[in-house]
Amino acid sequence: MTKKSKNICSVIAALVLVVLLICSYEFTSSSSMLRSVLQLGAIYALAAASMNLLNGVTGLFSLGQAGFMAVGAYTFAIFTIPVEKKAGVYYLYGVADGLSDIALPAFFGLLIAGLMAALLAAIIGAPVLRLKSDYFAIATLGFAEIVRILVASSPFNRITNGSLGLKAIPSFSNLFGVIPAYFVPFIVVAVCISLMVLLIKSSYGRAFKAIREDEIAAEAMGINLAKHKRMSFIISSFFAGISGALLAQFLGAVQSTTFPLSMTYNILLIVVIGGMGSITGSILSAFLVTAAKEWWLRFLDVEQFIGDFQVPFLRTGFRMVVFSVILMVVVLFWRRGIMGNKEFSWDSVYHFFTKKKKKAALLAEDAEGGAVNE
Amino acid sequence: MSKESVLRACDLTMQFGGVVAVNNLNMEVNRGEIVGLIGPNGAGKTTVFNMITGVYAPTNGEIYLNGKLIVENYPHGRMKDIYNGQNAGKYSKVLAPTPDRITKMGVARTFQNIRLFKELSVFENVLIAKHMNIKSNLLSATLMLNHKEEKQMREETMELLRILGLEKNKDDIATSLPYGKQRHLEIARALATKPQLLLLDEPAAGMNPQESDDLMHFIGRIRSDFNLSILMIEHHMQVVMGVCERIYVLDYGTLIAEGSPTQVQNNPKVIEAYLGVD
Repeated sequence: MTKKSKNICSVIAALVLVVLLICSYEFTSSSSMLRSVLQLGAIYALAAASMNLLNGVTGLFSLGQAGFMAVGAYTFAIFTIPVEKKAGVYYLYGVADGLSDIALPAFFGLLIAGLMAALLAAIIGAPVLRLKSDYFAIATLGFAEIVRILVASSPFNRITNGSLGLKAIPSFSNLFGVIPAYFVPFIVVAVCISLMVLLIKSSYGRAFKAIREDEIAAEAMGINLAKHKRMSFIISSFFAGISGALLAQFLGAVQSTTFPLSMTYNILLIVVIGGMGSITGSILSAFLVTAAKEWWLRFLDVEQFIGDFQVPFLRTGFRMVVFSVILMVVVLFWRRGIMGNKEFSWDSVYHFFTKKKKKAALLAEDAEGGAVNE
Repeated sequence: MSKESVLRACDLTMQFGGVVAVNNLNMEVNRGEIVGLIGPNGAGKTTVFNMITGVYAPTNGEIYLNGKLIVENYPHGRMKDIYNGQNAGKYSKVLAPTPDRITKMGVARTFQNIRLFKELSVFENVLIAKHMNIKSNLLSATLMLNHKEEKQMREETMELLRILGLEKNKDDIATSLPYGKQRHLEIARALATKPQLLLLDEPAAGMNPQESDDLMHFIGRIRSDFNLSILMIEHHMQVVMGVCERIYVLDYGTLIAEGSPTQVQNNPKVIEAYLGVD
């Protein structure tokens, strides 16, 4: 395939996606499942992509994603809850003095959320990044848990509202007065993921990959390990913070229990199913996993009747059992995830179809040959 | 040929607890020379490499590159009690740069068990070595504002692959190459850092006579093409005797002989410790 035809394909695909997205806006009601699944999928796609940058591309197995998302979500909430609603939200403990008059626009809220997560990553990165593989995972896991407990602890009552959590977080709002609020998360996620993809394609991204492949060789090739690991950790946390902030906007309320350890595993699962090191894989699987979990398998949670026969097992929670079985099957048959560590490319699509065709042609020939022999 | 030293190591000692891996080693590599480092297994050859490239900080001693002090250490901390070398107290500073900084100073190396970036292409393997001299920062590199620099890096990489005959394999995954080519690629990657001194750790390991013969010519060729000085560890006597101009022989961490290939070959100590009697 030539470069030109590839570009044309990409433009067409992008247009199709945009049109589909607009269709999902035009033809569904504002409370439809499709809408919220798409939005949630996009947010998880960003979270998964940021985790993939660290785990898949740089090879640092971190389990602190939920912690950074919590930091982002809380930071966003603290800075953007409208001033007039603050008294109602902090009714029990009162607002900290400096915060009572602050209500930033969503854009700055997102930025600060990302920066705050990045700052925290810079601070804990110094000691934690000295650890290797499993120990690094455990340390980051501990960090996520510390964040979760700290935001609910009493010394921060006047900032994080303790275990009550924060409510009245402004939802997505119109962009420039033209673009409906529904599209805002998609735009933010698209911009963030594009930045990450560009980073991975740059020289720094190659250095990250080198660290994943072989630390000792990477260092011998003049790559400053400490600096590049720190970079990757901070950038990944920055985007995790933004995804947390988006989630806060989506949910409208955050509590410490919104970001349990299982959230990290959820995102890890998306990354693994999509393929470690493949951003497109992460995006794809984020939408698939979210849709399957929240939507497609919902019917398993209610009692179903076929005629007079009640289908056994179907009751609340059964959905997750089936979901887990599907996951096991996926991991068994696609051991390296949907995409492996490759990114989506038109060449691979082309190969996929031509190979299939060749195989079909060969089979047909065989069949004919067989017929003649008989 | 004037004898200008590229690498000089003085009283280099490495102790791991009570084990003396390298003991008071003095050695020198002159500009344009190919020097061999031989000895039985466990003699401390790779430890010498690791000290030169900054993987280990030596227990005692100093290393000069082009007459400039790059590594210095004296026994301190726990090592002070354990150290039993002759030159205790001669040095007083700790200067231990990390491997990436030593590479930037102009020392590149290959590894005993090939350490390529396994799942990346041949082209990327070499291109990554160009990253260390990058001038653009993270932001400008991400936003593709550095396309000039990027283009130059890619062109230099292509040029290097062309010179070393890996051009045809440029899009292959590193591990899919045959063994000999993987060795070549590792050397190409080291050369991409533009070194003055190249350290080769058993480049001919696992090669048949034909391949090691090719490798000998290859090493001679890159020395003149890239103005290199080379220090190599090798067990293939045929390769060592064929290509090295001077040889150091280590046994149990101590230098037992040095000199030209013929001198070393006829040295009774070397024959006893390493070469064996026919």
